Amino acid sequence: MSALSISNLKLDIHGHTVLHDIDLTLDPGKILGVVGESGSGKSMTALSVMQLLPRGSNWSGEIRVGGVSLSGLDEKALCQMRGRDVGMIFQEPMTALNPVHTIGDQVAETVRVHTGVSRREALAVARDMLNRVGLPEDRFPLDRYPHDLSGGQRQRVVIAQAIALRPKLLIADEPTTALDVTTQAQILDLLTGLVREEDMGLMLITHDLAVVAGLADTIAIMKQGEVVEAGPTREIFREMRHPYTRALFSASAHVPDRGRKPEPSAVPVLSVDNVVRDYQQPRRNLFVKRPPFRAVDRVGFEIHHGENVGLVGESGCGKSTLARAILALDALQGGEIRLNGHVVSSAGEGPHPELRARMQVVFQDPYGSFNPRHRVRRLVTEPFHLIKSPPTGKELDRRIDRALTEVGLSFSDADKYIHEFSGGQRQRIAIARALIIEPALIVLDEAVSALDVSIRAQILDLLAELSDRLDLSYLFISHDLSVVRAITDRVLVMKDGRIVEEGETENLFRNPQHPYTQALVAATPSLQAALAAPAE
Amino acid sequence: MTAYLLRRFLSLSLSLVAASLVIFLVMEVVPGDPASFMLGINADPGALAALRLQMGLDEPLPLRYITWVAGLLQGDFGVSYTYRVPVSELISERVMISLPLTLYALALSTLIAFPAGIIAAARRNSAADLSVMGATQLGVAIPNFWFAMILVLIFAINLRWFSAGGFPGWDAGFGPALKALTLPAIALALPQASILARVMRSSLIDTLDEDFMRTARAKGLSRSQALWRHALRNALIPVLTIIGLQFSFLLAGGIIIENVFYLPGLGRLVFQAITQRDLIVVRSVVILLVFAVIVVTFLVDLAYAAADPRLRRQRR
Amino acid sequence: MSIATRAERSFLRMALGHPAFVIGCALSSFFIALALISFVWTPFDPTKLSIPTKLQTPSLSHWFGTDHFGRDMFSMIMVGARVSIAVAFVAVGIGMLLGVPLGLYAAARRGSFIDELIMRGNDLVFAFPSLLLAIMITAVFGPGAINAIIAIGIFNIPVFARLSRGAALSLWTRDFILAARVAGKGAVRISAEHILPNIANLLIVQGTIQFSLAILAEAALAYVGLGAQPPLPSWGRMLADAQTLISLAPQMALFPGFAIIITVLGLNLMGDGLRDLFDPKLRRER
Repeated sequence: MSALSISNLKLDIHGHTVLHDIDLTLDPGKILGVVGESGSGKSMTALSVMQLLPRGSNWSGEIRVGGVSLSGLDEKALCQMRGRDVGMIFQEPMTALNPVHTIGDQVAETVRVHTGVSRREALAVARDMLNRVGLPEDRFPLDRYPHDLSGGQRQRVVIAQAIALRPKLLIADEPTTALDVTTQAQILDLLTGLVREEDMGLMLITHDLAVVAGLADTIAIMKQGEVVEAGPTREIFREMRHPYTRALFSASAHVPDRGRKPEPSAVPVLSVDNVVRDYQQPRRNLFVKRPPFRAVDRVGFEIHHGENVGLVGESGCGKSTLARAILALDALQGGEIRLNGHVVSSAGEGPHPELRARMQVVFQDPYGSFNPRHRVRRLVTEPFHLIKSPPTGKELDRRIDRALTEVGLSFSDADKYIHEFSGGQRQRIAIARALIIEPALIVLDEAVSALDVSIRAQILDLLAELSDRLDLSYLFISHDLSVVRAITDRVLVMKDGRIVEEGETENLFRNPQHPYTQALVAATPSLQAALAAPAE
Repeated sequence: MTAYLLRRFLSLSLSLVAASLVIFLVMEVVPGDPASFMLGINADPGALAALRLQMGLDEPLPLRYITWVAGLLQGDFGVSYTYRVPVSELISERVMISLPLTLYALALSTLIAFPAGIIAAARRNSAADLSVMGATQLGVAIPNFWFAMILVLIFAINLRWFSAGGFPGWDAGFGPALKALTLPAIALALPQASILARVMRSSLIDTLDEDFMRTARAKGLSRSQALWRHALRNALIPVLTIIGLQFSFLLAGGIIIENVFYLPGLGRLVFQAITQRDLIVVRSVVILLVFAVIVVTFLVDLAYAAADPRLRRQRR
Repeated sequence: MSIATRAERSFLRMALGHPAFVIGCALSSFFIALALISFVWTPFDPTKLSIPTKLQTPSLSHWFGTDHFGRDMFSMIMVGARVSIAVAFVAVGIGMLLGVPLGLYAAARRGSFIDELIMRGNDLVFAFPSLLLAIMITAVFGPGAINAIIAIGIFNIPVFARLSRGAALSLWTRDFILAARVAGKGAVRISAEHILPNIANLLIVQGTIQFSLAILAEAALAYVGLGAQPPLPSWGRMLADAQTLISLAPQMALFPGFAIIITVLGLNLMGDGLRDLFDPKLRRER
């Protein structure tokens, strides 16, 4: 009997069709990977199984959990099913737990709701479960609150809640997307271990082919509310019958064409020398001032003309703080930053506006990067504020036209508002805004992290092409090692405010020296490695 | 936790000092010579000199402020010019009406608002929700003193269930005294209950949309179990702020409502003092009310810490 | 047709399809119209005493009846609307003009000593409900409409300072503000160019609500004699006059009360409607 079988599932929300003809099966002890880009309907499929669909939803077809058809169950029976027969893990561990209850109570609640045992017995089960998911008693007593825990630890609590009654089916919706790679590897290990030992079926939903490639027994590829292809993982990847599977695969593994290698120049475009950034911490109490937190600790490196340098590290390592320091958004506590040999900012001294025009930035969030009340014309010309006599009239139009054309848009887009563009187009506009004053360096702060893989591949191509043609240098900041590997010449690895390793990209990834780099590389799911591995 | 309390306590003390300074400046410095202000233009020079001496007006300003505050700390508000009795006596009598009235109204407001807000949020867009929203929309728009007059017209004059005003005193027994405060408390409470119910509703609706509510449902809790166990306590946190603010509105509103019902509370006292230009009484009542508001704000902060474990994080 | 006019037209169409907003606008503009007409015409002179026609019930000549001095209630309500609206308008204006820049400044200098000072100052003002402020001011300067304006206005400053600081703080963390800083723009320029336009909707909604609260506060102050002084009629004082005569002439209490309720209700409905219309999330759900 399969842990989950879905046949002919159709779903519409407020008359708008979201899913059609979904067929999926999952056996106990197996992992089903559901892969798709945003809007593919993969989360809605999961919520259909949980029967936690938004208001105005209407579904038909058949969903069977452990052989029991959901269409025959009333709300009361569904409540009994949720948590007991099916457990679910969500994407955002930071908000998935109730902030005002202890972790012990929250895990115990699953037990109490379904079995009516006493609070003490339920807490004993909770204790076992927390131990099981790697939160041992001495460091994680039951009376801890969620805010005491990190994201990875919170995700473990969510998992403990979901498996407390050993359900036959576990649904995990992007369980590691919000986590760092090393934490991601640990959580994925934990989930696989649970599946094998407890004989659960796991439906693992993700946008990242590499994550499921190494884990899943079977895979379903979804696109616009349909399963375009499904079957055993190795078979799917080997044959890639459907064109969308092929497209998704090539976009995930995409490496843009890079032209010539940059020549080291006499004067580097950017030189960061012994830079220190301290943060004032809130006082411990009224009388004790805490020492400042050193977010960037004596960091130094150079970027040459046309060179693309990657900066990788996990959240909190100081890479964004360093980016802000380079962009002269914050004052330094030590060291010096030079652009083309001129000091942009040094300890105790503010930024120099003229030099600032030589570097620009592209941020991660394509939705938050633009003032929603301005037109594209005004948005892309904002950097002209840095120039003493900015272009006007015809010249201004020419510059706008050129910047928009460079990024694959047209001059007619200049009079539109930002909400008329998709995420990928917005990132193009952000690049146009950076290009318009012809900078020497662009800082790309997680610039492709929020994009779907197919869009990401296009933006990476655009960036590579612009760098070649305009002799642009990039500082490419990302938590995603595979993207950095695809587009950079050199990589810096940052941990706890310091650069722990630096080297030629391919070299460094093939042969990491520092233990931290080794851990990062090992934890990063790799599509090629997963497919090359011999069949079990 | 202690650090949080200590910080709140320090900010409480600073607020008290700042408030007393503001009141001192407005009531003692701005009028120029408070004594001649109180006695009017045709004052008898002898009486003027006596009052100046009594108020210590010949002292330098900082010393006058310190003397005043030192007196306040010992419960000495000075002597009323018109009544010729210590202000503390006048006030303590009247507080026994104004404070119970405020608390009575606050209790009523909360008792009405919570169920209304919870039902409206739990059954969003239902008939119950729409009627709660309609009733509160109207309730917010009604001036409490007008509502008080209408209550008098209906329940005192026409139906004769209550007396139209006055207060028998607490000596007459708890029942009659409470009965005399009932119409005023209802008049004060209903408009505030409307506000509170709306805040409760929207706070609860926001909480119901949180990720952890979906987690709770995924664990197998029914809609109402999830609401009671997970949503309510989180939704209460912003509501506490409004309850704190309402205390000051009710206290101030009470001053006006006392006028409608001829209750001998702080409100009556202060309006009489204004017409008689008795600045000593006015400033005493004002500082008392302001202190009450600040202390309640402090209590709300404590309630916050009890409701929200994130504020207690410096525990370890 | 340019995009802006298309957006404006669809906003207008949506506004007309929002019943609460339409009703709110109609109610509040009715009273604003009454106030404006009162400058050029009232049925009777609202200050003229006429003892023979005192305490009349509503009739064709005196639509809302007359008061204990024989003054025409409808005329008094018209002129009273003028006072209420003027006081509320100026008071909310003071609150906005001082509160918004303070809030924006505090947000731009978040975490600094100045920010702390502004916020603690706000807390301090919040400890003085407008009635207490009015009592203090009146005790020293004597009663009058100006005192009511000052008292309500001062209480509105922290309301707008807090609101704009809170909203501005969340905007300051957005990437488009960082982009503006990368373009070398300073805090003042960013506040004016990027922050203010993005919190304008919020300020308009809050302004409407504060306007209705100010009308209630003005009525309360006038009722206890701390507002506009005779012979200028005001809704609050009409109610104070009505109180002793309530069993004899309930219409004296009812009509000014209805005037207050309808104006405040109208403004609140308008504010709620604007909030719905400005919120793109709600707009999509409709």
